[in-house]
Amino acid sequence: MKHTISILAAAAVLGSAQSALAQTEIEFWHAFTGRLGELVAEQVETFNASQDAYQVVASHKGNYSETLNAGIAAFRAGEQPDILMVFEVGTATMMGAKGAIKPVYEVMADAGADFDQSKYIGSVKGYYTTPDGDMLSLPFNSSTPVLWVNRDKLEEAGIDPDTDLSTWEQVGAVLDQLKEAGVDCPMTTAWQSWIHLENFSAYHDVPFATKDNGFGGTDTELAFNGAAQVAHISAMGDWARDGKFIYAGRRNEGGANFRAGECALFTESSAGYAGIKAEAEFDFEVRPLPYWESVTDEPQNTIIGGASLWVMEGQTEEEYKGVAAFLNFLSSPEIQAKWHQDTGYLPITSEAGELTRSQGFYDENPGTDIAVTQMTAKQPTANSKGLRLGSFDQIRGIIDEELEAVWSGDKDAQAALDSAVERGNALLRRFEQASR
Amino acid sequence: MEKRVTFKGRWLPLLLVLPQIAITAIFFFYPAGQAIWQSLFIPDPFGLSMRWVGLGNFEFLLSDPYYRASFVTTAVFSILVTLVSMGVALYLAVLADRLIKGSGTYRTLLIWPYAVAPAVAGVLWLFMFNTRVGVVTWYLGLLGYDWNHVLNEGEAMGLVVVASAWGRISYNFLFFLAGLQAIPKSVIEAAAIDGAHFWTRFRTIVFPLLSPTTFFLMVVNIIYAFFETFGVIHTITSGGPQQATTILVYKVYSDGFVGQDLGSSAAQSVILLLIVSVLTVVQFKYIERRVHY
Repeated sequence: MKHTISILAAAAVLGSAQSALAQTEIEFWHAFTGRLGELVAEQVETFNASQDAYQVVASHKGNYSETLNAGIAAFRAGEQPDILMVFEVGTATMMGAKGAIKPVYEVMADAGADFDQSKYIGSVKGYYTTPDGDMLSLPFNSSTPVLWVNRDKLEEAGIDPDTDLSTWEQVGAVLDQLKEAGVDCPMTTAWQSWIHLENFSAYHDVPFATKDNGFGGTDTELAFNGAAQVAHISAMGDWARDGKFIYAGRRNEGGANFRAGECALFTESSAGYAGIKAEAEFDFEVRPLPYWESVTDEPQNTIIGGASLWVMEGQTEEEYKGVAAFLNFLSSPEIQAKWHQDTGYLPITSEAGELTRSQGFYDENPGTDIAVTQMTAKQPTANSKGLRLGSFDQIRGIIDEELEAVWSGDKDAQAALDSAVERGNALLRRFEQASR
Repeated sequence: MEKRVTFKGRWLPLLLVLPQIAITAIFFFYPAGQAIWQSLFIPDPFGLSMRWVGLGNFEFLLSDPYYRASFVTTAVFSILVTLVSMGVALYLAVLADRLIKGSGTYRTLLIWPYAVAPAVAGVLWLFMFNTRVGVVTWYLGLLGYDWNHVLNEGEAMGLVVVASAWGRISYNFLFFLAGLQAIPKSVIEAAAIDGAHFWTRFRTIVFPLLSPTTFFLMVVNIIYAFFETFGVIHTITSGGPQQATTILVYKVYSDGFVGQDLGSSAAQSVILLLIVSVLTVVQFKYIERRVHY
């Protein structure tokens, strides 16, 4: 009896060791820390527990830029992970790296996995598809800019907090009133290039760059020094000089001012939701991003920010099968709906959006669906599908510099945007040469 | 007159310097050679292909007015950092040298900042001067001064200079203090008896006798300002506002690691290598002549 038990135990140990050996490891490098990091870990655990064949190992590799660099360095050393998270501005870099990446639609087809590309929301996946509509990477976390309103601040200044803020004309009038009422920070912003130039262009259906914003080829040129953009930046510059728009920094530094209750209006990603909800001790509200009535009667859609998952070349067939299973798991309605509700990121499939609605989430958290509607209300045009520009992280840096010159009054909007276009074009030509 | 230790044969001395040569070759000559080689190409980030462009990368860089402006920014930044850190250190060292009681405590306290990593120092200073919650910003506001290094170029430069110089003061202080203590007291006393006041003694005796230390520190500090201030700049300004604090090293980083433009980044490293060699030669050739050992 004793013997049988020990034999059984030994068999059990052997058995478990064998199943551990038989499991294929899938390496997944991501850029999330804090709450988001925990949520990613939770997704991975759920996947690992749901089947025995594959084991996903998630590792944090620093911020977005650092994760991309880690992936590139690893590829050069032949140690690349199976899945790499790359932020949206790195898309052109990844696409140009034929031989380093394996397009997601190919991974799915080779693995014989179920993959219906039409399930994914057009304006989300559009950023990451080929001209034929095939998905090169899987959108993971996507957000879009909205207008955050501190209702208490408006009320204090004697403004009806329900006042219409759909257009920049209306916002301008409210900013005047706020300033007159002695509010120190009527408006601030995060991610100025993303919101006030990239999304501004898509939203007003004007080109940000030629060749369909770079989707048509690497010989694209920047075009954001058009009349509409110049008028907007010029108005923002006037507001900055009058103390109606307070510039806090290139990234999301302005978020601290808004969450502390200093600022009345704040243009920021819809994914700012978690932070604002946790910290704001005032009555806040989400509104759609404003548009200029003088430019368009009705806005187009906004575009996304965030990251997508790229599958790297050079892995075994077995690993690709595991990758396909994991990506399908991430796209499943339940997992997506939970992710969307926990983080404020957009759902990537319409099923996940519908599930969220039927669960009553939007009714309990008013305003959380504004970003979804703003993205999906209209069929994207060539100007609002997204951006695909090489060296774009660095071009954003140039845009930041030139916009700072406008906010400080050193340059007027036209001169600053002309200069940003010229300097950015030089980098695009470098990228074109490198990716030939 | 000179004392020299000589070895018989040639294998033992070779063997003794071999580790140093190996380290220099692996960690200096090999990467430097690679940088020179890479600067002649435009590679794609993943290393899948390389396009030969000859000196194209250098042409591209030198025709860029922003790159040329970065030379001036670097010069201004390095000179300010060197002057501030050495000036303050010398002042403190002279004071500490005159202390009779408690000089040990002062010395220990003054050495602390040296242990703080540049990036951490950057965050500390940024926190004090934060435009929204900074203590110093708040006091300046009371005085009616609106501090905003996020948009004001001069203030941004001032802040990164102070933050970079701060950690360096300790290091310079140590060397200056040691230098001061090595000056024979009898010389100074003789001058004092002749009626020379403190300032005259300092100008005509102490400072000239301190010149080897000053010279050494100048070389070391300029190299520090060129290469090791990255952390401070990255945490405080990221090179902004506009390009007010983009020094050459920061541009190598932003082109190489943000822009993935390894060709241009390599070319910039080569240019930096040249600048530092020229600087060192100039320093030893022209400034060292005025140094009294």
